[in-house]
Amino acid sequence: MATLIDLIRAGHEVERHRPWPRAVVDAKVWRSAAGALADGGLSLLGLWGEPSCVHMAVLDNGTSAIGVLSLDCPDHQFPSVAAHHPPALRLERTIHDLLGLVPTGTPDPRPWLDHGRWQMRFPLGERLDASTDAAPYRFLPAEGDGLHQIAVGPVHAGIIEPGHFRFTASGETVVRLEQRLGYTHKGVEGLMAGSAVEQAARLAGRISGDSTVAYALAFAQAVEAAQRIAVPPRALLLRALMAELERLANHLGDIGAICNDASFALMQAHCAVLRESVLRAADAAFGHRMMRDLVVPGGLARDIAGDGSSAIRAALDQIRRHFPALIELYDNTASLQDRTVTTGVVTPALARQFAAGGYVGRASGRNHDARRMPGYLPYDGLRFEVPVLSDGDVNARVWIRIREVGQSLGLADQILAGLEAGPVRVSLQAATESCEGMALVEGFRGDILAWLRLSGDRIERCHLRDPSWFQWPLLEAAIEANIVADFPLCNKSFNCSYSGQDL
Amino acid sequence: MRKLLFQSLFRQPLTEQAPRPDDAALAELAAMVGHTARRRLGRSLSIREVDAGSCNGCELEIHALSNAYYDVERFGIRFVASPRHADVLLVTGPVTKNMRDALERTYHATPDPKWVVAAGDCAKDGGCFAGSYAVVGGVSAVVPVDLHIPGCPPSPMAILRGLVALLETVDTGVAAR
Repeated sequence: MATLIDLIRAGHEVERHRPWPRAVVDAKVWRSAAGALADGGLSLLGLWGEPSCVHMAVLDNGTSAIGVLSLDCPDHQFPSVAAHHPPALRLERTIHDLLGLVPTGTPDPRPWLDHGRWQMRFPLGERLDASTDAAPYRFLPAEGDGLHQIAVGPVHAGIIEPGHFRFTASGETVVRLEQRLGYTHKGVEGLMAGSAVEQAARLAGRISGDSTVAYALAFAQAVEAAQRIAVPPRALLLRALMAELERLANHLGDIGAICNDASFALMQAHCAVLRESVLRAADAAFGHRMMRDLVVPGGLARDIAGDGSSAIRAALDQIRRHFPALIELYDNTASLQDRTVTTGVVTPALARQFAAGGYVGRASGRNHDARRMPGYLPYDGLRFEVPVLSDGDVNARVWIRIREVGQSLGLADQILAGLEAGPVRVSLQAATESCEGMALVEGFRGDILAWLRLSGDRIERCHLRDPSWFQWPLLEAAIEANIVADFPLCNKSFNCSYSGQDL
Repeated sequence: MRKLLFQSLFRQPLTEQAPRPDDAALAELAAMVGHTARRRLGRSLSIREVDAGSCNGCELEIHALSNAYYDVERFGIRFVASPRHADVLLVTGPVTKNMRDALERTYHATPDPKWVVAAGDCAKDGGCFAGSYAVVGGVSAVVPVDLHIPGCPPSPMAILRGLVALLETVDTGVAAR
């Protein structure tokens, strides 16, 4: 089995790519990497393109090494990875939609983000004019007696993001779910290309609104890696504090919302109050409820307010006081457990194959947390556990969140206790030669990959991969053989990002 | 559960009180919304939220309107599942080209009289996504807008204030579409 180090050595390593290596490889090495993904030696972290090359970020499951393999494709095609490893499929369809590079041997050549509405094709590659008369999208077939289809979206009944779900059901039982996404595609990578670092950082913080801190952090860490900038210790701690507050707020919101989708509104009412207390504390401490535009390359846009620590401590205390009774309520309500236990199961094998991050992966036995592996500052100096369960059902995904609330409370305490005075920002250098940086950051939903190339003080190319890319397909698998009425429950337990995936 | 419900009976409500001497803002809002909504809209305002391509930030704050602190339903404002039940479309996001059609169809499915509120900086003019090949622009580039609520995202209080402003406009006789 090919290890990542062998694959990197078989290619030509690129200079000034940090912190992990990137190598330009030939088609043979590219194919053997696809084979190693298929047999489980490697996990796929990302797959993206430029006008005439493709990049694959992988994690070696044996050695925990991370690296990027690049393949030049002067004839605008590359060997399909998805032909061997299905998790690459939507990413490959996206590469074709945005750049016009053809994955040869792909099992599914349908477009993904391109709905035929952009008046052009291949917006990030060699653009072609296109009419807006889109051909109807061909959904995958399901055959059998008495099957019927239910089409949902893109405008949903709740206050949520747009996407289309096509269910094929036999009576009440779902036989097949197929997602069609891309409705919120805003062309973020196109807007970032050529923009100043500050502008790109603002865009990064607006890729998925619920993960604005995590995205800004991933982007900032990638810039800092490229330029080899050391961020002041106080800024590192405050960044982690914001990241944990974001995780707390989202997990609390999710736990309530999942129960609400099982028609148990009491949990929602109480969890929403705790979530609001976190947002208000964030507002008091950092001047914005969602802490947007605060994490910037080089550190923080501003320091925590003078009374910020006490506001946050008060919110943490409130959660500590009230949350245990809610956990007990969740655990002791039979009608609620009846809905969540054994519903929407993701098998450990699938979670491993798709390298699913966050609570989706950890509820199905995949022990991965970017704060631990590869790990980044300041988490090496903080104590926390990474909860892992193996049931893979809605209940397990709720429990991972419950346990992570406890861990984030502990982390926030440690950070507040360890804060020392000091600067919170260093200035960026105007790089003379182009350099590349990469980062893997744990958002509440899972690991966010950021990769970019800097040229002077401009972003030449930036790619951000949302954790949802490897979670959405698992939702299709999880709902199979469940009843249609349990879909909102399953969907909320995943809480995948539309905007982060559509980009 | 009984204990939790029992405690809730005796605990002070979390809802921002009206009137409260040190914080008159929400109390004022409560009074204004109650008064104007009753005159024109018969005590209730049904809102259909449409995400036309937002980052989801605005949705989170619109969700927060329903928590115990803001409790939007006490003003007679409620969120409905279908545009056919709605008086108001609350639209977020820069309108993406992929969502343009869906937004237009949602607008046409909403019965008259109707109002459109564009929430968030992106909904005004596309925000930092303006100029992208995949973005049409603000909401008004696709459907007529009666009110913009600024913010990135607007806070729940800002959204409440915006809805009040809309009700005042309605009250002074500007015709709905």
